Amino acid sequence: MAIARETVEQVNSVSDKYKYGFFSDIESDTAPIGLSEDIVRFISAKKEEPSWLLEWRLKAYRHWLTMIEPEWANVHYPKIDFQDIYYYSAPKQKDKPKSLDEVDPELLEVYKKLGIPLKEQEVLAGVEGAHNVAVDAVFDSVSVATTFRERLEKEGVIFCPISEAVRDHPELVQKFMGSVVPYTDNYYAALNSAVFTDGSFCYIPKGVRCPMELSTYFRINAAQTGQFERTLIIAEEESYVSYLEGCTAPMRDENQLHAAVVELIIMKDAEIKYSTVQNWYPGDENGVGGIYNFVTKRAACRGDNAKVSWTQVETGSAITWKYPSCILQGDNSVGEFYSIAIANNMQQADTGTKMIHLGKNTSSTIISKGISAGKAQNTYRGLVRMGRKAANARNHTVCDSLLIGDKCGAHTVPYIENQSRTATVEHEATTSKVSEEQLFYCQQRGLSEEESMALIVNGFCKEVLQKLPMEFAVEAQKLVGISLEGSVG
Amino acid sequence: MLEIKDLHATVGDKEILKGINLTIKAGEIHAVMGPNGAGKSTLSYVLAGREGYEVTSGDVLYKGENLLDLSPDERACRGIFLAFQYPVEIPGVASATFLKTAYNAQRKFRGESEVDAMEFLKLVREKTKELDIKDDMLKRAVNVGFSGGEKKRNEVLQMSLLEPDLMLLDETDSGLDIDALKIAADGVNRLRSPERAGLIITHYQRLLDYIVPDFVHVLADGKIVKSGDKSLALELEEKGYAALSAA
Ligand SMILES: Nc1ncnc2c1ncn2[C@@H]1O[C@H](COP(=O)(O)OP(=O)(O)OP(=O)(O)O)[C@@H](O)[C@H]1O
Ligand SMILES: [Mg+2]
Repeated sequence: MAIARETVEQVNSVSDKYKYGFFSDIESDTAPIGLSEDIVRFISAKKEEPSWLLEWRLKAYRHWLTMIEPEWANVHYPKIDFQDIYYYSAPKQKDKPKSLDEVDPELLEVYKKLGIPLKEQEVLAGVEGAHNVAVDAVFDSVSVATTFRERLEKEGVIFCPISEAVRDHPELVQKFMGSVVPYTDNYYAALNSAVFTDGSFCYIPKGVRCPMELSTYFRINAAQTGQFERTLIIAEEESYVSYLEGCTAPMRDENQLHAAVVELIIMKDAEIKYSTVQNWYPGDENGVGGIYNFVTKRAACRGDNAKVSWTQVETGSAITWKYPSCILQGDNSVGEFYSIAIANNMQQADTGTKMIHLGKNTSSTIISKGISAGKAQNTYRGLVRMGRKAANARNHTVCDSLLIGDKCGAHTVPYIENQSRTATVEHEATTSKVSEEQLFYCQQRGLSEEESMALIVNGFCKEVLQKLPMEFAVEAQKLVGISLEGSVG
Repeated sequence: MLEIKDLHATVGDKEILKGINLTIKAGEIHAVMGPNGAGKSTLSYVLAGREGYEVTSGDVLYKGENLLDLSPDERACRGIFLAFQYPVEIPGVASATFLKTAYNAQRKFRGESEVDAMEFLKLVREKTKELDIKDDMLKRAVNVGFSGGEKKRNEVLQMSLLEPDLMLLDETDSGLDIDALKIAADGVNRLRSPERAGLIITHYQRLLDYIVPDFVHVLADGKIVKSGDKSLALELEEKGYAALSAA
């Protein structure tokens, strides 16, 4: 494989440059730019990781070198230079704004529309020294955060940063990490496995219903979301957790490439509800800037009657490449995927799901709502595979596309592989447009053009919005409207 | 309240309104009748500010201001309501949500505070009761799967709630059964007041038995060809438009 060899050579030549290496300089806060085995070792050493994890990272790295970037998705972007990225603690942002007065007014306008309190706005906008204040503001006081944690601990729920889990619960991490998304899985998963630095770990013991939505935390955590996040959630038998990731507020980030991995493990009779709101900076109207979001998310229903649902609202990023998947191994296990993907201006989204039915009587539901506006391209890509042993398995897919204007595109690419004689797979797809008539009707009742658009599009997404945790649904609705601004008129 | 002066308007490249003159004073109800394709709906769309309905010459004053400068939503917020001949479906948006959003948008425009869900529900219930509309219609998506008559009732419900100053009704009677016609007419009559006015487009004299107009106009080929009092409607019912153009 010529390309792989080229990559290896290139990487070697680059790591040559660091012959005298920073590695001796473990005190340094920042690894030099680029990627090499040394960098991987540096990250692991910085995190004081056990040797098994370093070995695993290195294996992932070496495997990554042999892989090539996938090109099958319907997205186009200049080639990423992986040697031009900081993999550990990138240099401090050039000039942090001293106060909100120095923040892009456009950004502030959006915060205002979302109704985000001032203190939180400061954190989100990266105002210097804002963080500590805002933790107090959000949780009222640090003690509230502590109470939150204590409540979880009482139930035996573990919820902590992934690096803390490696230190405090190595047996769990070692057992489960990479068991759903092995480092060999795909290009970005391999990269993530080699260099991940942030992310969350969550463990729900047998029979425990997590006493709260694991969401409140996230408004604040999201402010420091890492570039290569790794999330691992384990729901033991008969347990339940609802997990919320992301942030409605638009986030700017110096790092253009984001490649996260999320693994969910659901045992017998357990359930995980995983909701995402992704609103990374999409770039400007001309497609300049914006985040490349290449995510691998997968859930394994390991036991009978296990249930997982992915709900996502994807409105940000210049490029979204994301297919939250369900492996339905246990008999009667259930997988659900509810998705809203909005692409405006020059955004490109290629998203969907994979439902892999292995067990008997497994069932899956896919509801995908794709909205394209401006010159955006929005692709739904979904695989439904019925294994030989998936007797009486069922899938129902509804895939609706909504077009705003006539310069955007919507594409639906379903893959169906059925090896089970008794399985049923249903696929419905529609494409519609927001009509001038609908807009006029709303305006005639007193709504502005943008309010009208927001209302109509929210109607289109309703089935999915309803799946979001209550307190979050309201923000998501507003977000739908905001993401479409500029798409009318 | 409304002063239309020599109004010409085109749709696409076709001239549809060819010099309309019409003055509606506060407190008055004007009925507009006329053959299919005459331009009645076009007139209502032009007044409401629909895109694609181009005014090529003439003026429209509403409450003394130039109406044509205003966007459709500004016109709505300033009290112009159009009950559509063909109400539009909005999938996924519950009628109650739609009504509340519109109601609050108009309140906001007037600088009034928005009402919350509970308060709003109370208000709507009053109106649905008056108009004999089942509450479950509020939960259904706007006009989706509504029967022809239900759509028209829904228009009247919206109007009763928004309490416009100028009502534009485009064939609101078409599709209503006899009982519903009376109920809808009652709804309109309840809104009648010395401060409000109405322009009612209809093909049938029957509606005008319930909503008695002060003036009746015949619109044919983009112009008002005849005006009179309510007896004109009776005359038309008897003789048809053909007799009129022959005369
Ligand atoms: N978008 C359009 N493009 C071309 N012609 C149009 C368009 N809209 C309306 N027209 C034409 O304009 C003329 C007037 O239409 P309009 O709907 O105003 O008639 P009307 O008086 O309301 O008729 P009816 O009694 O049937 O409702 C018709 O000849 C119609 O075909
Ligand atoms: Mg008409």
